[in-house]
Amino acid sequence: MATETAPAPTETDAEHDHHPAHLEHHFVSSEQQFDSAKLGMWVFLITEVLLFSGMFVAYAVFRQWNPESFAAASGTLDQMMGTVNTVVLLTSSLTVALSIHYIKQDKVKQCIYYLLGTLGLAGVFMVIKYFEYTAKFEHGIYPGAAFDPHGAHYDHLAGLAAAPQFFSIYFVMTGIHGIHVLAGMVVIGAIAFMAWRGSFSSEWYTPVELTGLYWHLVDIVWIFLFPLLYLI
Amino acid sequence: MSTTTQDAPVEQGEHDSDDTNYLNHETTIWSWLSTKDHKRIGVLYCVSLALVFLVAGVLALFMRAELSAPGETIMNNDTYNQVFTMHGILMVFLFLVPSIPAILGNFVLPLQIGAKDVAFPKLNLASWYVYMAGAALTITALLAGGVDTGWTFYTPYSSTTGGGVLWMTAAIFVAGFASIFTGLNFIVTIHKMRAPGMTWNRLPLFVWGMYATSIVQVLATPVIGITMVLLILERVLQIGIFDPALGGDPVLFQHFFWFYSHPAVYIMILPAFGILSELIATFSRSRIFGYRAIALSSVAIAMLGFLVWGHHMFVSGQSAISSIVFSLITYLIGIPSGIKVFNWVATLYKGSIWLQTPMLYALSFLFLFTIGGFTGIMVGVLAVDVHLHDTYYVVSHFHYVMMGGSVVALLGGMHYWWPKITGRMYNETLGKIAAGLVFVGFNLTFFPQLVLGSRGMPRRYATYAERFTELHQLSTYGSWILGAGLFLILGYALHSLAYGEKAPANPWGATTLEWTNVAAVPIHHNFERTPLVTRGPYDFHLADEVFGGGDGKALGDETPRIPEPAPSAPTEEDAKESAGA
Repeated sequence: MATETAPAPTETDAEHDHHPAHLEHHFVSSEQQFDSAKLGMWVFLITEVLLFSGMFVAYAVFRQWNPESFAAASGTLDQMMGTVNTVVLLTSSLTVALSIHYIKQDKVKQCIYYLLGTLGLAGVFMVIKYFEYTAKFEHGIYPGAAFDPHGAHYDHLAGLAAAPQFFSIYFVMTGIHGIHVLAGMVVIGAIAFMAWRGSFSSEWYTPVELTGLYWHLVDIVWIFLFPLLYLI
Repeated sequence: MSTTTQDAPVEQGEHDSDDTNYLNHETTIWSWLSTKDHKRIGVLYCVSLALVFLVAGVLALFMRAELSAPGETIMNNDTYNQVFTMHGILMVFLFLVPSIPAILGNFVLPLQIGAKDVAFPKLNLASWYVYMAGAALTITALLAGGVDTGWTFYTPYSSTTGGGVLWMTAAIFVAGFASIFTGLNFIVTIHKMRAPGMTWNRLPLFVWGMYATSIVQVLATPVIGITMVLLILERVLQIGIFDPALGGDPVLFQHFFWFYSHPAVYIMILPAFGILSELIATFSRSRIFGYRAIALSSVAIAMLGFLVWGHHMFVSGQSAISSIVFSLITYLIGIPSGIKVFNWVATLYKGSIWLQTPMLYALSFLFLFTIGGFTGIMVGVLAVDVHLHDTYYVVSHFHYVMMGGSVVALLGGMHYWWPKITGRMYNETLGKIAAGLVFVGFNLTFFPQLVLGSRGMPRRYATYAERFTELHQLSTYGSWILGAGLFLILGYALHSLAYGEKAPANPWGATTLEWTNVAAVPIHHNFERTPLVTRGPYDFHLADEVFGGGDGKALGDETPRIPEPAPSAPTEEDAKESAGA
């Protein structure tokens, strides 16, 4: 641990013939800057995991107490749409990984295509989510006090003690996950634009890499949400 | 080699004429509001936090005034509920949690590890703005009717009571991000920005303290964030997670709340441990005893701190088994804390103790924190806690830790680094008087509360039974002395800003980089040349020459010998030259 990051050369950047434009003044080298950015991103992802962990704990506690209600309420979610969304999101993780792969080889055009592909898949995910939500709203399935299930497949929920809790947790978890998807779409769009402007090359592609890391986290959270909410 | 500050006064003379420093290289208001300099952000935080501390402290004086006699004296019960709630929220979330990391951590940490700045300067500035947004939301909460839930926001009261709870919880959610940004920045800075030769075993102990703190900030704060979001949704949509009337579980809220708020106690006290190590080593002019034990016990406390939250909930109805386990783990925390105190005392032993103001605070800390720690073990005992829970005993215990620990260490640290931050000395005599007032006033305020609590005086009441009158009055008198001490500090600090004597580069003869290799007032980029670190942080090998040897004669307090600065790290040009030769 002690020797992992002893930065070797010191501040002679001013005298360098080659002073990269992306290198900020307080870093000694591009490597140091890249490593710092990446470590910072990993720490940020840890905070994201802990943010979601609170909701996972709430889910586990209420499920433990109300297994029947949760199983019944979970059965009303649309497994088909959930499965399609899982495939869509997993594919988007592949495309964002490929965009990093290509920018490392200076293939800017492919990088942009794959970023836009990721953006499109994220859009598909949100559209499917929109249809899922509205289908629930039509039958009076809202989070909280407005919960009033009606319609053929939902009448039996009215008598279940913890059904409102299941849907509260469902809407809060998928809602906060959805906010993360939307934030990711904004960032990916901005990164694609920057790539189109020629900001990135094999020499400097830190934002692309960090965006990819973030997008994988969004994906991983969904991989846990899908079975917990839809399948069991 | 302009960094050679062996002879500080001469250096000062040179700097007077035309040299610029971080304070005067730009002077517009905008240059402050848009600064990415870690030193200036530390100063911004210092001013903001001083204001919060002033407001929350005055609220405490009002509370003590109300309690100067049984029955209603200066405010009614509802006002009292709001006053103690705001005192708690402001002190905990908006003052103590950010305090030492945001002020001194920002200012000192990059200097101590030989870096030009923190790893993410923009994020650092964003942290201050996010904090100010949290403060603005707090003011909104006050205007929206105030908060009377206590700083703990227990449901179902907090999910049903009127007023500004919604705004207040939003404020805590937002201010949490300021804390996360700071912690994230420091972790990356300590890992990646150290100067050549600054190995993990040469890090000053303040840096180790900040590292442990940052781990807790990053791991705990998101949980309070999501708890506050769920509480907001509970109020807005009645989602039924916490409110028992809707099928929710109020104990779950307590678990979530304390999963953050117990580690938050360590966010407040671990940086204080870091400051203590600096002060004790510098002012006893001896190598710190048990460097590695002190460094790693901070990390141990940070880790163990996540496993003890249930000791706040012994009477909440959680299972008896969990209570027993939480109680046992709580005892374990006493071990690393004890290791620290013993090591500091061992450092003092046979050191050449120099009783300047910062050292007085350090010694106060040893005394007050020890009382805070012992009373903490007592309320961690399951059976005893059933009796003491929700009494003044608990109030007194955590004030001994937070005020007697964190705030006293912060005051010590502010006095210690004041010359480096402002370039001026404060009045030493007034400093010593204030330190005495704070120590006496603090004990007079809070020691009677230990007695009150053990006799059954419950916390959070605006009135009390006749038999508690004398002890409550003692406590109120103490609060006046404490307040006088703190206002005295404010007074001479402001005076020092304008009229203080110019500080030399290293007034304490300290050995860490911010004193040995940085000008009296640091320049914008901290170091003229990046230092090459060749020794440990507390190398006082000159101590005998400075303060006399075995004959017991000190050479005088006023002229500490300045330790050698670290040499500059070789640049690439140097390497080329030597290769050519």
